[in-house]
Amino acid sequence: MDQDIIKHKDEIPQPTKEDFVSDQMVKWCPGCGDHAILSSVEKVFPKLGVRKEDFVVVSGIGCSSRFPYYMNTYGIHGIHGRAAAIATGVKLANPKLSVWMITGDGDCMAIGGNHFIHAVRRNIDINILLFNNKIYGLTKGQFSPTTPKGFKTKSSPQGTFEQPFNAGELVIGAQGNFFARAIDNNPKMMVEVLFEAARHTGTTVVEILQNCVIFNNNIHELISSRDTRDDNQIFLKHGEPMLFGKGKKKGILLRGTQLEVVELGKNGITEKDILVHNIYNPDPGVHIMLSRMTPPAFPAALGVIRSVTESSFDQNMEEVIEQSKRDSKIKNVDDLLRSGNTWKI
Amino acid sequence: MGTKRNKPVQEKDDVVIRFAGDSGDGMQLTGSLFSDSTAFAGNDFATFPDYPAEIRAPQGTIAGVSGFQVHFGHTNIHTSGDLADVLVAMNPASLKANLKWLKDNATVIVDTDAFVEKAFDKAGYDGNPLEDETLEGYRVIHAPISEMTRDAVHDLGLENKVALKSKNMFALGIVLYLFNRKLDKIYKAFEEKFKSNPLVVEANKRVLRSGYNFADTVEAISPTFNVEPAELKKGLYRNITGNTATAWGFIAASERSGRELFLGSYPITPASEILQELTKHKELTVKAFQAEDEIAGICSAIGASYTGSLAITTTSGPGLSLKSEAIGLAVMTELPIVIVDVQRGGPSTGLPTKSEQSDLMQALFGRNGECPTIVMAASSPTDCFYSAYHAAKISMEHMTPVILLTDGSLANGSEIFRIPRVADLMEINPPLVPPNDEDYKPYKRDEKKLNRRWAVPGTEGLRHRIGGLEKENIEGNVSHDPENHQLMTQLREEKVNRVADFIPEQELIGDSKGDLLIVSWGGTKGVMLTAVEEMHKENQNVSLAHFNHINPLPKNTEEIFSKFKKIVVCELNNGQFVNYLKMKFPEFTYQQYNKIQGLPFMVSELKREFYALLSK
Repeated sequence: MDQDIIKHKDEIPQPTKEDFVSDQMVKWCPGCGDHAILSSVEKVFPKLGVRKEDFVVVSGIGCSSRFPYYMNTYGIHGIHGRAAAIATGVKLANPKLSVWMITGDGDCMAIGGNHFIHAVRRNIDINILLFNNKIYGLTKGQFSPTTPKGFKTKSSPQGTFEQPFNAGELVIGAQGNFFARAIDNNPKMMVEVLFEAARHTGTTVVEILQNCVIFNNNIHELISSRDTRDDNQIFLKHGEPMLFGKGKKKGILLRGTQLEVVELGKNGITEKDILVHNIYNPDPGVHIMLSRMTPPAFPAALGVIRSVTESSFDQNMEEVIEQSKRDSKIKNVDDLLRSGNTWKI
Repeated sequence: MGTKRNKPVQEKDDVVIRFAGDSGDGMQLTGSLFSDSTAFAGNDFATFPDYPAEIRAPQGTIAGVSGFQVHFGHTNIHTSGDLADVLVAMNPASLKANLKWLKDNATVIVDTDAFVEKAFDKAGYDGNPLEDETLEGYRVIHAPISEMTRDAVHDLGLENKVALKSKNMFALGIVLYLFNRKLDKIYKAFEEKFKSNPLVVEANKRVLRSGYNFADTVEAISPTFNVEPAELKKGLYRNITGNTATAWGFIAASERSGRELFLGSYPITPASEILQELTKHKELTVKAFQAEDEIAGICSAIGASYTGSLAITTTSGPGLSLKSEAIGLAVMTELPIVIVDVQRGGPSTGLPTKSEQSDLMQALFGRNGECPTIVMAASSPTDCFYSAYHAAKISMEHMTPVILLTDGSLANGSEIFRIPRVADLMEINPPLVPPNDEDYKPYKRDEKKLNRRWAVPGTEGLRHRIGGLEKENIEGNVSHDPENHQLMTQLREEKVNRVADFIPEQELIGDSKGDLLIVSWGGTKGVMLTAVEEMHKENQNVSLAHFNHINPLPKNTEEIFSKFKKIVVCELNNGQFVNYLKMKFPEFTYQQYNKIQGLPFMVSELKREFYALLSK
């Protein structure tokens, strides 16, 4: 991916945001977080140095999965849960393409859970945008695998009995190399994070905390609202100390094997004691702990949480193919048919 | 060899030989080495392995018996044979399991060392079957195979267990003698197979020769047999299984169409060898992807198809069930994809290592909505090559999914294959859209075939979206318009029906009219053909219509049916094709003959049925 960006940059006319806007009516609810995500993606695509014909947007089923119809790229709106498998096929068939998968918490982690974890494990070079509104929207209000325990929904009138998934923990547990988080009401941050995802080789997962205005309004309010967000979100940046809160007076500290929220100046804590973010650390320990941080006890971690470089599945496959072409005596099907034991009559 | 051949030789037209032993006894290797020697002897032949579902079932039990059958002759061989002329039984269990598959005066070669008290019990024999009336009427060759194997290699310093591993080659030595075969080709095979272990090569050579010499000294092995070379069309030949032929057919279609081959698949018996074979051929840019499940197998293939690959997925019945929804997506998006179903006994897990034709209805109708696909069936191991090739061609040229049905018997069975030249195969012309084609609309169709065109990501000026939601005709935007849905449903159906204009007419073997038309489809062709040819020799007026194209059916099907007094539909299921025919052509009366035992038809039972129908 990185090389592609550099290679293409000077050769091709720079597309604009308008190049990616489709002529179809966008049918998401007014006030839905999806609108902001669409707009951010339209802003990011023209700046990646990729030909506009080389983008493919793939989705499954759900509100978010209508996304491909609203982008003027190549696109497939697939079936429920299977976007990761479809995207895998697209990428392996043509590794030069920039493949983006749009999915929701149900599509990705319930019906499509298997494909999701295996795509992540294989490290196929696709970018997964996971819209997490912690509810089933298109089927009108049942709980999802990320709905908080005890939460009342149409299919859990007494509250759910089950533990939710944490997307970051799941991705990193599935051998994921890249995980980031953004929120729908901060487009600037979202654009920044999407750039990082695009630059990374291998599977990237960007969890976007997204508001469903109809069935789960304000589910991310602590993290998103103007009044509470300073204390309840931290925008992580590589190489910087993990400071947050008004005036950056609070920080995250690693005590023993646990993270802890501290205030600068209290109990002799100074900035030197605060944990410095390292997205490249192959050890998943701190990255998982950061992903798990939940308000109000901790600020939710936003930004790139983990970015570890390893060769991707598609690169490996291309290399083995090139190697086999060089080494094999079989150059075409006629050779193949005549290989091994044959006899003349 | 230094052996004097002074025994009488009896000429035979064709012979069926069955090697049977414990699943660890190496019967599959023995059988395939015998096949190699048969190839060099110039015979036509077909083989079939018969192995248990368990990898190593308890030693010495019936459940653990593994067999390999070879049918060879100087006449044309269409099947791996009904009943055996020769049985090699390495232990009592293999004797017990296979005795019912022997001809009346068959030759039975047994390892007497394995016929001991404990083994009778495990096999379910009360006493020693070699000493009571069990084998009355057979020519029994008592060979102390284990002991003589040990003797043959005693000075090589091998452990007892290792030495005994070669005992299958002693049995092979006896059989090679029995059929007047040479040993040098087998020696060569040892040298290749065990390249890295010269000691094993030497041990196998010695044991093989020891078996051969033993046979020379045993008076009971007389006469020996000779099968003259077959009169086959000139050319270069090889032995090939159905699964390998399927894999190669797709590689050939990829080369001829200029579309890279992509396979998305999940291992399942008896289809896994197609995945294993394709994954070997990266040198021909075959991209074989072992997915996390059946659904990912087909969905990755759909992604690759959208991206311009010849995309296929391979599976067996249970896997086809899992792929149903995704096949619907391919039908809706009108993308080419070939789904290979190597049928096995069902339902559910069923009989995984046995063969059946019971997925036909699933292939035709097992999806939500009005969801037509092309359905084809291969009719022999070598036909798997041509069927795979043809399925790929039709799928790409008509832009629609094809389900190709093979079965466990074809998949693992082998026959000789006259090697074609790729340049002689039919052309394949996928309807690709050139860059910046202003005329391009996602659902604008070819007038003749009704296919939409293939606009591949990366191509300038053709960006478009497709998906599982109903689309507006021509423009391809999402549409919930009632009339449009009806129109699109009819177009998808008509597109599949029009394939009938591009496939060969149905072939008929025998007279074009008469008393009895025998109808069959798919993997049973060999045995159907043998039965009908035998009845023709017996001056019976019967004809055979064996189908490879199920949906659409060949255009002349109805006309063929109309010329016969009786029609009997024979299939290895409970009557699926016959019910399909009743739906398509209700004006005819159909008889049916079905077998659902996980076993192929036998020529004898077919003929019995046909004679009975003729006399009614």
